[in-house]
Amino acid sequence: MTSATLAPILKSSHLLGIEGISAPEVTALLDLAETYVALNRSGEKKSALLKGRTLINLFFEASTRTQSSFELAGKRMGADVLNMSVKTSSVSKGETLIDTASTLNAMRPDILVVRHHDSGAAELLSRKLDCSVVNAGDGQHEHPTQALLDALTIRRRLGGIENLTVAICGDILHSRVARSNIRLLGLMGARVRLVAPRTLLPCDVERFGVEVFTDMKAGLAGADIVMMLRLQLERMTGAFVPSAREYFRFYGLDREKLGYARPGALVMHPGPMNRGVEISSDIADDLDVSLISEQVEMGVAIRMAVLDALARGLA
Amino acid sequence: MNGKRIAFRNARLIDPASGLDAKGGLLVENGKIADIGPRLFNDADKNDPEIMDCRGLILAPGLIDCRVFTGEPGSEHRESLQSASEAAAAGGVTTIVTMPNTDPVIDEPSLVDFIKRRAAATAKVRVAPMAALTRRLAGETMTEMGLLMEAGAVAFTDGDRTVANARVMRRALSYAATFGALVVGHAEDPDLSEGAAMTEGEFATRMGLPAAPALAEAIIVERDIRLVELTGARYHFGQISTRAALEAIAGAKARGLPITCGVSAHHLMLNELDVGSYYTFRKVKPPLRCEADRAAMVEGVASGVIDVIVSSHEPQGADTKRQPFGAAAFGSVGLETLLPAALSLHHDGDVSISHILKALTWASAQIMGLNAGTLAKGAAADLVLLDAGEPFVLDERALHSRAHNTAFEGRKFQGRAQMTFVAGECVFSR
Repeated sequence: MTSATLAPILKSSHLLGIEGISAPEVTALLDLAETYVALNRSGEKKSALLKGRTLINLFFEASTRTQSSFELAGKRMGADVLNMSVKTSSVSKGETLIDTASTLNAMRPDILVVRHHDSGAAELLSRKLDCSVVNAGDGQHEHPTQALLDALTIRRRLGGIENLTVAICGDILHSRVARSNIRLLGLMGARVRLVAPRTLLPCDVERFGVEVFTDMKAGLAGADIVMMLRLQLERMTGAFVPSAREYFRFYGLDREKLGYARPGALVMHPGPMNRGVEISSDIADDLDVSLISEQVEMGVAIRMAVLDALARGLA
Repeated sequence: MNGKRIAFRNARLIDPASGLDAKGGLLVENGKIADIGPRLFNDADKNDPEIMDCRGLILAPGLIDCRVFTGEPGSEHRESLQSASEAAAAGGVTTIVTMPNTDPVIDEPSLVDFIKRRAAATAKVRVAPMAALTRRLAGETMTEMGLLMEAGAVAFTDGDRTVANARVMRRALSYAATFGALVVGHAEDPDLSEGAAMTEGEFATRMGLPAAPALAEAIIVERDIRLVELTGARYHFGQISTRAALEAIAGAKARGLPITCGVSAHHLMLNELDVGSYYTFRKVKPPLRCEADRAAMVEGVASGVIDVIVSSHEPQGADTKRQPFGAAAFGSVGLETLLPAALSLHHDGDVSISHILKALTWASAQIMGLNAGTLAKGAAADLVLLDAGEPFVLDERALHSRAHNTAFEGRKFQGRAQMTFVAGECVFSR
């Protein structure tokens, strides 16, 4: 059996963002990912659906978990996987992208997974290349597989997404994870709240159909899921917030603040974590509360599902 | 051209300087307008080789574009004075006022002289160079404005850069006032807009693009209005793009301050949503604004608070434009779309055709102190013959500019130049 004979799941031949995909497509991807969760937990973790296909991981930004997750997903699907990490200077980064794209195109890959520091880079590549493109994070725009794996994690734990209250806390301004999650959770019927100081909230974010809070107590009240975001070090020394300790005091997740949420509320984090800045260690390590390891596991399954879905559209 | 005569007959003559809008003829002799009148050549022999039948099309002063970036010297692969002049001629533009943002920066009298000599040797249209306001455009020390004026600089500007330091700006304006020099400012607070590719708002947030608040413009407009009040300098805002800036300038004009302003065709025709899915040819400086601000610009032209319409012609190559949006260069070529874009205000019923032409000719000449932009007897025969109704779709490959980065690719327009004359010589014919 080849993948091309299976029923199509995605309308597009690329996965560039959550924007543009529909709720039935998301549900179908999550359902498909469930089968890969089971496969990954078995002894023989191999599928042959992508046998003979070439997958290129093109990463212009350092990434440990996303890149290894895609690599493992590709290998478990039977594809030939090539990892490319491109160190770029700020001067020549654009040239590198276009030039690298045409070079790679000539190698005739089937699927290209790309991470880039500029918003819209994945879309630009999708217009220049003949293969399917998966956005593994572009600038401050989207990170669709992260949102999908978060949805899968939530759905498996709580049975569904609709009508849940999810509080996304921290550096919303710079976060592609937040943008993709806002879109996907909204699409699937969850109530989304954003909690951050004003300096870390993007302009007009209210229009995304979310509730915006600047106070953790009010923002977390009754929440089913608390999703923490990473705050980069260079942003907490006076540029966006005055200091790490002040940030942790008002926006870091500790037992006290988690107490504002619904009893039994679960905590998520896309990683990598800054312990003691946005999340306290005892919460991060509390397996009754923290879904962080499960998110990583679901990441591989969801990426296998995405590769499967895209392979169904390949000639 | 000595002794050469051309008689234009059967034209619709529009001279914004005098308010003339009437059928008639115009006689060119020795590169100058020798006569003009409603009955001129009515009974002339149509077969006379000196007679040109305008078939009722509009004959107007050639356009004066107050905001043109070229690549000469330094980036001739993007645009030379010669290639810019080809584009200008095709757009009905007979004078281009050039920006000093070249490599090297035009901040020395000898470089102004270089531009003038290169223009005389290679360009089809007139070139009026502006010189830098501060050395190397660094915003730190003023240039030799007196000597630069003697060399032929028509105004002083740091181009698309704002002088961040108010003390430096105050002194430059004071010194410019000493010589009666015109200062052309760019209003975009450099700290607020650092790294920004878009105007802050819902769209930029959705696209995940670095953005600056639109008020980065009004902050500088209001600062510079106060500095003009203090120093008495003549000041022209090269291009504005927001209602807040428009209102501030309207107030300054009402107080009698010597302030004028322009708007680019892009900011009249496009809003931020036109960036679509990261369309880098529409990344311009300042960035495209919300629809309310765009509509305010049209209002500003109609009310006369905005004096001139400019192209903000900024050639960029594939190397600088075919990049992710955040990394791509700012700018769009515009010389060949200036007239069609401006005419759309007439077709939309917002502004009369003679008012539009005034903002493209006479008003520009008055601000820049140029002896041009009129059909008066004795004036240079810089003319455009235009068909205001001709529909066409802009094909970027048909542009005469060396760079083809137009924000208007594929756009439907109505009206463009059919023939262009500089000093009575035909420099373009469609």
